[in-house]
Amino acid sequence: MTDADSIVELIPRLRRYARALVGDRHAADDLVQDTLERAWAKLHLYRRGTDLRAWLFTVMHNVHVNQVRSRRETVSLEGEVLELPGRAGHDASLEARDLERMLARLSVEQREVLLLVSLENLSYEAAAGALGIPIGTVMSRLSRAREKLRNLMEGSPGPGRLQVVK
Amino acid sequence: MSELPVTEAELQAYVDARLPESRTAEIDRYIAGHPEEAGRVAAYRSQSDQLRATFEPVLGEPVPARLVRAARPRHVRIWRVAAAFALVGLGVLAGWQLHGSLAPPEAQQSFAHDAAVAHATYSPEVRHAVEVGADQEAHLVAWLSKRLGAKVRAPNLEAAGYSLMGGRLLPGEDGSAGAAPTAQFMYQCNKGTRVTLYVRTHVQDQHETAFRFARDRSVGVFYWIDRSFGYALSSADISKDELLKVANVAYQQLNP
Repeated sequence: MTDADSIVELIPRLRRYARALVGDRHAADDLVQDTLERAWAKLHLYRRGTDLRAWLFTVMHNVHVNQVRSRRETVSLEGEVLELPGRAGHDASLEARDLERMLARLSVEQREVLLLVSLENLSYEAAAGALGIPIGTVMSRLSRAREKLRNLMEGSPGPGRLQVVK
Repeated sequence: MSELPVTEAELQAYVDARLPESRTAEIDRYIAGHPEEAGRVAAYRSQSDQLRATFEPVLGEPVPARLVRAARPRHVRIWRVAAAFALVGLGVLAGWQLHGSLAPPEAQQSFAHDAAVAHATYSPEVRHAVEVGADQEAHLVAWLSKRLGAKVRAPNLEAAGYSLMGGRLLPGEDGSAGAAPTAQFMYQCNKGTRVTLYVRTHVQDQHETAFRFARDRSVGVFYWIDRSFGYALSSADISKDELLKVANVAYQQLNP
């Protein structure tokens, strides 16, 4: 199997993560496309035998950071309203709707960690590698993301009462 | 029972079922005696389940062709496009009607595909279907001719019942910066059905071709090459036979 075959096979996974990360279907596919183009330009940096999917998440993370930075959206992401996954005519359950809205209210950093671990089932090490952060930071962001999401979903804004171990 | 304190990081790993068995058992016991923490664990696990359930359908969606193309840059994808589409479960290239025994070259297939994508993108637009309206047809044609680097025309399709709405400029082959851009003319019949004519200049394959038909998901496309111009007429709403009639009118208008 060539690199291209392997990458094509991973597109649905990249799309799923991107959809959860940015919400809007078209913006998510734009992110995937930019990621794929960037991946080809940087393929010489991929170490053979390592997890290609984790490497593509790294590329996507970098592309996304640049996009967010260039759009100066860092401050407006809080409270951003996300579109539902674009299944035309499909009425997503209220629960899913809520979840997506709440997810959008996490910071990008929290959302990335939560999604890589919970949705994509990356190991903490792989998530740390993909995001270029220490594993301790993965754990503390994961903890904050989950607690914030829980508070949002239970309709109790305000800070969690937990002491987060750094 | 001696209990080591449970760190927050361990609790997260417990939620994700990523702790060694022995430690998991210890935390099981700890959780049993701490309803607050048990509530958190249950809530976090439920979050993970809901995340997966919510986004699972994305995995089953057809992969947009532009992403497949991006995953296979031009130098690696020649002749492999069809295989790639099949691999990701798209029916994109199904429905080729081959004239003679020759399959259309890849460049023509991707031309028809680009036309179908452009049709699907712009024809549903209510307010912004075209960039320049038919009320400024002379300007539209002059502008597009200038940008495409060759004299293009918007054929009159009134004989087939379609009136020109206007047109727009689109990126060239493969979205490449060096390629001449593409023009799209949009037409509408009195029932509101739309067809688009996609026109590319400087087509490498200079042979004239017969009409070829392709279906790209819901969009049917008749396409042909004529004196270094590539034309593709697309519609999502009318039958192949009806589209062929319109294509014939377009062809005659373009070759008076």
